[in-house]
Amino acid sequence: MTTASPAAVETVDLDETPLRELNKRLHQLGEPPEPAAWRVVNPGGRHAIAVGIDADVEVDVEGHVGYYCAGMNKRAAVRVHGNCGVGLAENIMSGSVTVEGNASQSAGATGRGGLVVIHGDASSRCGISMKGVDIVVRGSVGHMSAFMAQKGRLVVCGDAGDGLGDSIYEARLYVRGSVAALGADCIEKEMRDEHLVELRELLEGAGVGDADPGEFHRYGSARQLYNFHIDHAGSY
Amino acid sequence: MCGIVGLFSKSASINEHLGEHLGDMLLELSDRGPDSAGVALYRNPAPAGSTKLSLHSADPDYDWEALEVELDNRFGSSQPDVRASHAVFVVDAEPQPLQHWLHERRPELRVMSAGSSLEIYKEAGSPREFVKRFALDNVQASHGLGHTRMATESAVTTDGSHPFWTGLDLCLVHNGSLSNHNWVRTRLRREGIEFETENDSEVAAGYLTWRLAEGDSLEQALESCLGELDGFYTFAVGTADGFAVLRDPIACKPAVMAETDDWVAMASEYRAIAVLPGAADANVWEPAPATVYSWDRQPVA
Repeated sequence: MTTASPAAVETVDLDETPLRELNKRLHQLGEPPEPAAWRVVNPGGRHAIAVGIDADVEVDVEGHVGYYCAGMNKRAAVRVHGNCGVGLAENIMSGSVTVEGNASQSAGATGRGGLVVIHGDASSRCGISMKGVDIVVRGSVGHMSAFMAQKGRLVVCGDAGDGLGDSIYEARLYVRGSVAALGADCIEKEMRDEHLVELRELLEGAGVGDADPGEFHRYGSARQLYNFHIDHAGSY
Repeated sequence: MCGIVGLFSKSASINEHLGEHLGDMLLELSDRGPDSAGVALYRNPAPAGSTKLSLHSADPDYDWEALEVELDNRFGSSQPDVRASHAVFVVDAEPQPLQHWLHERRPELRVMSAGSSLEIYKEAGSPREFVKRFALDNVQASHGLGHTRMATESAVTTDGSHPFWTGLDLCLVHNGSLSNHNWVRTRLRREGIEFETENDSEVAAGYLTWRLAEGDSLEQALESCLGELDGFYTFAVGTADGFAVLRDPIACKPAVMAETDDWVAMASEYRAIAVLPGAADANVWEPAPATVYSWDRQPVA
């Protein structure tokens, strides 16, 4: 009896192949995608690696990437074995983007769905204007994270910088460590059973199952800023 | 936009090729700053009692030899090291009388730097052209800073290019834009600080010059920038012994740092660090906002 041969992995060396060619090939994948596993070597901090994929593929990037890696991702599972520059997984729609190192500013910005996992730290504005994406950060996040966050969940296993959740709408924020300061209209909220369940699922889904949901605090909107108050009609 | 880079050598092999590495870093950031480029290099310290000067002439056929004869007769001077529009002299004189003399006798020249080891070269034009014209690939140095400029606050000229000389062996490169530079310039002029351009970054350099003259340490001077300078900035400041990095509290302007056993580097983007030997295994991190980072050459035990 023979075993099935392992799925072919397509290796693309960005010192040899132009980045546009890599992205074009990823955009032209059919259904089912062939090959379904990609390995990108020598990323060299280039910008816009593996952006705009809409296919059930796995892409492993071996090294550090520049700005906007895996932006607008749909369905694909992109994994960066290194650090990321500004705008990781910006406007992600679905699928997952995982970073083994740190991510710079605005990771997961405006994301509408899917999962972003950062095993190191994320710097400022992580999850800014998030609209449904789930973001799990194993380390800490910088200032103004989840600014104007509308929907989705941001989980921070370390600490959060100044102005967390400023002008937040209906996203839910879970932080295990300290919060330097909450932003305008962001308050701490009760951690009910349903939140513990939700958080455990998020942590396990991100491969961070060793973190205890009971150690986290929940933050969200006080709903004083974005609601129109009829009582205040005279002052508008 | 603009791109900034800094490289600090911890090994003889990096020292030997520092100009080449810094040039490679600048080229990576060409599209962040296509208008002009410049570098500050710390190398070959002048003997005690003498001053190293970097001079710029707008005249491509400037007679540097004649200046050397005159400087030598007056003070004692080395042969000039001429690179494109710049020439570096080591003169047996203290910086102040020397600058005064130059101002009187050669008002057409611009002093780009003065000190013991600092040399500044900068010019309008593309970074690629700059790296070639100034033959950076044959320069050894202990550390250096570089800048590629996309002009926003003032004209594209050599004078508006970076690095800005801020005092003996001190210089500044800046990515960002300051919004209160007119007011700060006015105040600094009252304190006796002179300005050559309408450039916002020159104001930041002048502010540091003033704070240091008032007795601040470099770290104190940088920390006081946080209260006085309004706008966006990532600064890198070169000193005789090392360099320092500061980002404003909002930290919109990017910066990344990396360190190996052989070097410490900073850049606007990681791709400028990726060209350095051993970058793939470097410790890489993003400097936090409103925090001064500095490296000094360790005294030899």
